[in-house]
Amino acid sequence: MSNLLFSEAEWDFATLDRTFKAIEEIALNDLGLDVYPNQIEIISTEQMLDAYSSLGMPLMYNHWSFGKLFAREDTMYRAGYSALAYEIVINSSPCISYLLEENNMTMQALVMSHAAFGHNHFFKNNYLFRQWTNAEGILDYLSFAKHYIAVCEERYGREDVESILDAAHALMDQGVFRYRRPPKPSKERQLEKRRLRVAYEAEAFNDLWRTLPAGTEPPSAPLMPLDDETFNSDSKLPEENLLYFIEKNSPSLKGWQREILRIVRNMAQYFYPQRQTKVMNEGCATFVHYTIMNMLFDRGLISEGSLLEFMHSHTSVVFQPEFSDPRYNGLNPYALGYAMMDDIRRIAEKPTEEDREWFPQLAGSGDWMAALKDAWANYRDESFIEQFLSPKLIRDFRLFALHDNASDAAYSVAAIHNEQGYRRVRTLLARQYDTGIADPNIQVTGADLKGDRTLFLEHKMHRGVPLHPATKEMVVAHIERLWGHEVVLEEVGD
Amino acid sequence: MTYFIDRRLNPKGKSLGNRQRFLRRARAQIRDAVQKSLKDAAVADIGKERKIKISTKGTKEPRFRLDPKAAGERDFVLPGNKEFMPGDEIKKPPKGEGGGRGKEAADHAEADDDFEFVMSQDEVLDIFFEDLELPNLVRTTLKDTQSKAWKRAGITTAGSPSQINLLRTMRNAQGRRLAMRRPSLRAVEDMQKELETLELHEPSEEATVQITALKAKLAHAIAKRKWVGFIDPLDVRFNSYSEQPIPTSQAVMFCLMDVSGSMGEREKDLAKRFYMLLHLFLRRCYKKVDIVFIRHTHDAQEVDEQEFFYSRQSGGTIVSTALDKMLEIQRERYTTSDWNIYAAQASDGYTQSGDARRCVEMLNADIMPLCQYYAYIEILDEREMEVFASEDSGAELWRAYRTVADEWKNFATKRISKPADIFPVFRELFKKAEA
Repeated sequence: MSNLLFSEAEWDFATLDRTFKAIEEIALNDLGLDVYPNQIEIISTEQMLDAYSSLGMPLMYNHWSFGKLFAREDTMYRAGYSALAYEIVINSSPCISYLLEENNMTMQALVMSHAAFGHNHFFKNNYLFRQWTNAEGILDYLSFAKHYIAVCEERYGREDVESILDAAHALMDQGVFRYRRPPKPSKERQLEKRRLRVAYEAEAFNDLWRTLPAGTEPPSAPLMPLDDETFNSDSKLPEENLLYFIEKNSPSLKGWQREILRIVRNMAQYFYPQRQTKVMNEGCATFVHYTIMNMLFDRGLISEGSLLEFMHSHTSVVFQPEFSDPRYNGLNPYALGYAMMDDIRRIAEKPTEEDREWFPQLAGSGDWMAALKDAWANYRDESFIEQFLSPKLIRDFRLFALHDNASDAAYSVAAIHNEQGYRRVRTLLARQYDTGIADPNIQVTGADLKGDRTLFLEHKMHRGVPLHPATKEMVVAHIERLWGHEVVLEEVGD
Repeated sequence: MTYFIDRRLNPKGKSLGNRQRFLRRARAQIRDAVQKSLKDAAVADIGKERKIKISTKGTKEPRFRLDPKAAGERDFVLPGNKEFMPGDEIKKPPKGEGGGRGKEAADHAEADDDFEFVMSQDEVLDIFFEDLELPNLVRTTLKDTQSKAWKRAGITTAGSPSQINLLRTMRNAQGRRLAMRRPSLRAVEDMQKELETLELHEPSEEATVQITALKAKLAHAIAKRKWVGFIDPLDVRFNSYSEQPIPTSQAVMFCLMDVSGSMGEREKDLAKRFYMLLHLFLRRCYKKVDIVFIRHTHDAQEVDEQEFFYSRQSGGTIVSTALDKMLEIQRERYTTSDWNIYAAQASDGYTQSGDARRCVEMLNADIMPLCQYYAYIEILDEREMEVFASEDSGAELWRAYRTVADEWKNFATKRISKPADIFPVFRELFKKAEA
């Protein structure tokens, strides 16, 4: 009598449920993962494309750029250039994972382990997500945002709303707080704002407004109380969050426009941890699915064929082409992340002399799951690589660092995978994942609010790398639209 | 606790709103691209789904980006070293040559300067027929309003169960329950629980009194729940619809095409394309338009769509036979009091000598007084187009028709010599009149 959870490739809900329970058993009891409640949704390919094009969220306000993305993905998919992702997972509570209906049962098991336990554990435990995102509130917030923007479109015209969103989207990368939380409004201000918002929603839903004779003003959008305090006392300069600064201080924006900026800023902040933890997040999920699928096999719950099929898709996910390969498109976060997680397990279980020297605490500790869970909770890509990338992995990936000076005709090889180069390669790789360095550092340095209202921005160049001139002009034009007056962006060296 | 939710049956097209916004946004580019892609399409392919390539002008999403190629220094790490040693130099790929070193070299913004996607037939035609209309369409008759539509007519208290308005019904029910103070299920359960706990205790006089009181209360609550129903027939509301006539205007389009021997394959193809477009336009924008296809050589016949577009025939040319045929059909089937009458005629401009005069007479005397609009399209080859660069010079029919155009404002003449001319001419003939 076999204990196989499934023997057919086709899935049905009973099999899914049975398999999910088996996976959950391993994830929670054997691996000791800590997850949000799971909600698993089966979707069609069209819905998957839909989700793709709305930043992977189940609901999203309307904007043409999402339509553009959909059109592009749709074309690519139809032409067969790109396969669809097997899953999308949303950092919310309950944690929503999308499974594609076309996956076969082995893939569904893989995806459930990967998304519903791997990513889910990471979302719930990583410090960046805990500090910066509100998993319980995100779906409600999105539904508020969608509704709010729809109402704005109706009231102020689609084009006006669109131009604000365009400008805000252009500043999304500069719309996050990297190092500090936003200054908290006082308790009263918060309560006042909530009251206004609730009052506004109650009004907005009122059927009767439609029947008013023409010319009667519908209720205005929620007032964003303009700061009474003078500009100097409220905002500390320089300010890295351009969207925040403009939202609070723009001399020309109306209340609803500020609220839209706020929505975009909140979205940017919500996604910021994901950008900082791509390697770790995928590494964690990939490691979890690999471990779980193997344990399922060890316990005789999945067949050999199913395991082979799983290995096939696993290896293609963690495939890393070399830099000279035409398929090369940067380091694959799945490959690097999974290799590092697996390496931590190896160091904990079977360390070599070299490992003992490099990781005296970790080497041979035996409890690899504890080490991994600690890493998942307390690091981001940059610090994780700086801390855990081992010489063995540098050799395995044959990593080497290039130094590029724009004025030279050639790159020079700065370090390779040898005794003298390990630390250098590791530090440089870690820095590559530091969003603080990879994103241009642009700050508000001043605003002449009493005079001609010019806004002064400064790009602090990192090692002399300037902004791309064409996009710079376009983005500055967007900022001018939001600010309503002249904007000066200066580039300064460090 | 885990939920599996089957979302596959959810309504489709969630991103339709975004798509429409995108199409509107890129309208100018898309219009150019659609016209370009339609230009060389085969006759039968005009109304099909097609791939459109547009430039990203107007749909750019700029972000601040660093440009490490311009100035400054940086370091980056790559996998797969085979032969390099520290200090080695690697030549940079020459400027302007994309690809090579993966992400670093592939300039993203330039890469997606062109953007390709698939548009459905409806979307293509929407864009193409935007701002076009049949000129001078008037409601010639309202008496013949056989078409009716169901429209919403508020809420009623009686109706068929399929039309029940749940929201109103539940709202009424809730209001009634509140007004009648119907005890909630929770309240009843609480009382039952309380009763149970009381009964578990040792019987005492006090407890007995309490129990009897509670029992009475409970019985009352249960009884009340029974006679104040959760939903009462009084609460139920239905959506109501009423049938209303929609005034329609009727129109008929006569398509006259010369298929005589003087029209070469190229000319016929151009003419067919023009009519194909006209056909699509009418089918799409006007539900109640009759189309009559007439083709002629030295003799005119009414034919069906299939034959008009796809069959071949040859012979001499007498244009007036087509006009005769048109008048005959009009008298038989399309009275002017009930129908708006349109006509489009395509020809190479050659007809039997003397026939042009007869055509002009017919037009002036019989046809133009009936027509809302009459478009004449002359199909030339490119050499002729150069010779007849001026509007005034032309073949016999053209010169004759110019006199008609001078007399009648709703008579238009245009020339086409290559496929690319068709669309501008078509747009010009049917552009919306300034309001």
